Amino acid sequence: MADRPTGLDARLVQDAPIPLNARLRCEPGEVLALVGPSGGGKSTILCAIAGLRNIAEGRISCNGSVWYDSEKRINVATRLRRVGFVFQSYALFPHLSALANVMEGLGSGRNGGSERRARELLELVRLGGLETRRPSELSGGQQQRVAVARALARDPEVLLLDEPFSSVDRATRQRLHRELGHLRGRLRMPIVLVTHDLEEAVQLGDRMSILHHGQTLQEGAPHDIMARPANREVARLIDLKNIFQARIAGQRPGAGITALAWGSTRLEAGYNRRFAVGDLVDWVIPSGSVILHRRRRPSRGIRENPVHGRVESMVRLGDTVIVAVKVDAHAGYPLFMSMPVHAAERNSVAPGERVGVSLVRSDIHIMPALQPDGHDDANADP
Amino acid sequence: MDWNAFLLSLKLAGWTVAILLPLSVFIARHLAWRRYAGKAFVEAALALPLVLPPTVLGYYLLVGLGRASPIGQLYEGIFGGPLVFTFEGLLIASIIFNLPFAVQPMQRAFENISEEIRDAAACCGMTSWRKLWRIELPLAWPGLMTAFVLTFAHTIGEFGVVLMVGGSIPGETRTAAIAIYDRVQAFDNAAAGAMSALLLVISLIAIGIANLATSRAGARRG
Repeated sequence: MADRPTGLDARLVQDAPIPLNARLRCEPGEVLALVGPSGGGKSTILCAIAGLRNIAEGRISCNGSVWYDSEKRINVATRLRRVGFVFQSYALFPHLSALANVMEGLGSGRNGGSERRARELLELVRLGGLETRRPSELSGGQQQRVAVARALARDPEVLLLDEPFSSVDRATRQRLHRELGHLRGRLRMPIVLVTHDLEEAVQLGDRMSILHHGQTLQEGAPHDIMARPANREVARLIDLKNIFQARIAGQRPGAGITALAWGSTRLEAGYNRRFAVGDLVDWVIPSGSVILHRRRRPSRGIRENPVHGRVESMVRLGDTVIVAVKVDAHAGYPLFMSMPVHAAERNSVAPGERVGVSLVRSDIHIMPALQPDGHDDANADP
Repeated sequence: MDWNAFLLSLKLAGWTVAILLPLSVFIARHLAWRRYAGKAFVEAALALPLVLPPTVLGYYLLVGLGRASPIGQLYEGIFGGPLVFTFEGLLIASIIFNLPFAVQPMQRAFENISEEIRDAAACCGMTSWRKLWRIELPLAWPGLMTAFVLTFAHTIGEFGVVLMVGGSIPGETRTAAIAIYDRVQAFDNAAAGAMSALLLVISLIAIGIANLATSRAGARRG
């Protein structure tokens, strides 16, 4: 007998009211983070998986059973899909106690078995002792935990979390992140987490799917996406500041180097055989991989992709400072680097000062050019 | 004091509430949560009894339910007697002229139940009935109570429509409001005063009960 497919598999396509062209897969026990700007169709995807909204075309299956298939006209009712859904506003039943809310999720009336199970679930989310409280008598974090307990009550085949941490303060959010991390070790179903918070997605997701205008732009492990965005659009969405355009100037597989002509500057990146000499490409580098040359004791690292320019502006964010450097050989947008505040002070980095920086070769990522856009720098947002 | 008329009013109000309220729950949910072309027209039609003079409404009901009308003929064909000037005719008229008093407060109450709450109920695996009983009706409770009180009090107090459709047949269609008018016409002010006072007390009690129930429901929800 063939193995039954496991996990969630969804393909969703429609033009209106919210355009969608999304494909997602989530294995049991895996957290798939759907990330993208608000209004990009993330919540619509969750609602479609739950059967709460109909999608024009597509197919949704979970653990081998088809929940929706536009071609075969299959559309299983929400109440038969066994999804656990944690809504953004939690959507707890306001007239019922925490215990009764969870019992409704168990789908049964008042009987000893379901009450015992509901109490266990509240214990699981560390809400023991608050069973009789109504939602209005609970804090935001506690309400969120009741919502999680209620969602788990159905023993769901898939757990859907719609921005579940957006309505709580930062400290509570961090605590809830830890608790979800702790809880997920005990959950064996696919978990789809919708968030617009990239940090949250990287922290909680085993895989990440970048959505923009309802379209899946890239799917993969969070650190892979962060280091190797598929194109400039993804790079922008994951908040990479240094996005530029260049031409492939040379390929030296033996030395493991692909050379780039960035204006009149020649840069070396890790070897990438996808491109041919002369190809127009986009390239990115994280601001943390732009390294300042020390004035007093220059290191050997200054020979790695050296670039010189003048500090245009500096923005301090806590212990870190983001420095915008106007590159001499390049008239376009500035190059951004981040460094600890003390390092900037020690090296007298200040607006108007000249600086030399190195671009870490292995951290330069080359992508196919999305579209030649007249000027060769994509970055418009310091 | 015309106790018969008084009891008939209570009977009419009781039956109207018993039939109209469940019916209005479905109309109100439909209007609260569905969007479709022509909805504004449906809402306007349902609100008509609020603005039409009762005699105008009564006239149309008299014509619509009369012996020459299809409804009147159908009724007569089945039950062997006319619909107008009977308690049953009065009940149908009462249900129609009370529609906005029952539907509108309920519609507002159902509109206040967020889509996420209803979605959450569906995700809990609830059937439509369970969702209605466990979630929607308890949350819409203040609106239901308001609908109950308005319908009950309005039925007891209605005069124009009742007179047009029912006339003033003792024990059949002479309600307390009609009886009060008759007593005043007969210069029997004592009886008219006693019945008026009783209706006043009943109306006050109904509103008091509704307010109490509504505030308790509010306190329960926090």
